[in-house]
Amino acid sequence: MADEILELNNGTEHLVIVGIQRRGVQLAAQIVSLITEREGADVPQGALDITLYRDDLQTVGPRPVVGQTRIPVDLDGVNVVIVDDVLYTGRTIRAALDELADFGRPARIALAVLIDRGGRELPIQPDVVGKTITIQPSQRVDVLVEELDGRNAVVVAERESEAGT
Amino acid sequence: MTLSLGKDLLGLEALSGEQIKLILDTAEPFKEISLRAIKKVPTLRGATIVNLFFEASTRTRVSFEFAEKRLSADAVNVAASGSSVAKGETLVDTARNLEAMKIDMVVIRHGASGAAQFLAERIDSNVINAGDGTHEHPTQGLLDLLTLRDHFGRIEGLKVCIVGDVLHSRVARSNIWGLQKMGAEVAVCGPRSLLPNAIDDFGVTVFRRVEEAIEWADALNILRLQLERMTAGYIPSLREYNRVFGVSRERLERAPRDVLILHPGPMNRGVEIDSDVADGPFSVILDQVTNGVAVRMAVLYMLSGGNPQLAVRSAAGSANA
Repeated sequence: MADEILELNNGTEHLVIVGIQRRGVQLAAQIVSLITEREGADVPQGALDITLYRDDLQTVGPRPVVGQTRIPVDLDGVNVVIVDDVLYTGRTIRAALDELADFGRPARIALAVLIDRGGRELPIQPDVVGKTITIQPSQRVDVLVEELDGRNAVVVAERESEAGT
Repeated sequence: MTLSLGKDLLGLEALSGEQIKLILDTAEPFKEISLRAIKKVPTLRGATIVNLFFEASTRTRVSFEFAEKRLSADAVNVAASGSSVAKGETLVDTARNLEAMKIDMVVIRHGASGAAQFLAERIDSNVINAGDGTHEHPTQGLLDLLTLRDHFGRIEGLKVCIVGDVLHSRVARSNIWGLQKMGAEVAVCGPRSLLPNAIDDFGVTVFRRVEEAIEWADALNILRLQLERMTAGYIPSLREYNRVFGVSRERLERAPRDVLILHPGPMNRGVEIDSDVADGPFSVILDQVTNGVAVRMAVLYMLSGGNPQLAVRSAAGSANA
């Protein structure tokens, strides 16, 4: 994925990698360290919490806990790559695009996801995909990352069930 | 145990330490929004909030108004003077008329203790207490807690002394309850005439001399001498008050450690606090003001929903969204 991101953006110049809270942030960090390793370039890395931009906040009632948003550089004219763990309905990415627009006007925004599970409800498609899978709406994909979960893994589970497969 | 704040925020006395911690934790990410070029998120789009201020206020009213606007709520300010309150309308009638225009929240500042609760029991909108008489000022207590936590990295075990006019101070009550629930040691210091008779029931240490308080404390929260309430001759003179209880640089320099200085404002420079303390290196008075906006955004956000704990689960369930 790191290679594809570099190819897509013609290298590391003007590149900013932004992970979506929570697990997209850790994936973004892994991608950034891979890029640093291969290219020797320092790529700015940000974090985005889209909770306050959700389109269902007026209806969900209970208030989700808000995470930290951190955009380290001016986004005007740069190439932003949004990184998230799982792409499903596309509503998270819609919210992320709105939030990024409040920080500036990037030259280009691309989307990189580890898992695309289909089931889009909005016209949003990823530019870089780790793996595309087909699963039932009743199932859930959990991406586990070392920093939060103790291991890197992708787990498909039934909703409301703890049993992994 | 539920962490939900329920419909209203009336005071810190009724909250648990966990609920207070959740508000402070929620305030953290809201700090960043005020640093953006576009200081606005769409979270409360379409919500209508009335700021109903029966007493003069600059800081608190403007702070609430910024918090509301940065969350994209529509805010209307109603001041008692120049409104139908001046014509003799009762508090409940005023609020019911406002509610008939379909509002979602009321932020109320009132001279009578218990006014916020009185209102909350009678209208459906969320009610936030922005200071009621000499009772509570919960968002001020919360922003003081947040400022202390920012500086020390913790609240538990901190020694905080509230100095001055405790008798008339809603800030003092919110601070005492909030600090105790978060595990801090609380003391008060002031002339006997400006301490409540029932001060022993609060479970605080009482210092008679400000020098003792400074020697003991990690932080001083210096209260404003409420000159407008000073009709009954509580102190002989402002000059004497400053000489005996004023926090000066000379007094702080004798302290065994650096003492953090808080003040809820507006300050009477040269009375309860000297200028070189207010503007000195250990003053976090302007940090308090900055944190006030974040804390109020957090409270508005939390009250506009329900139980954040339930939401953690539903967010996990829709993590693939």
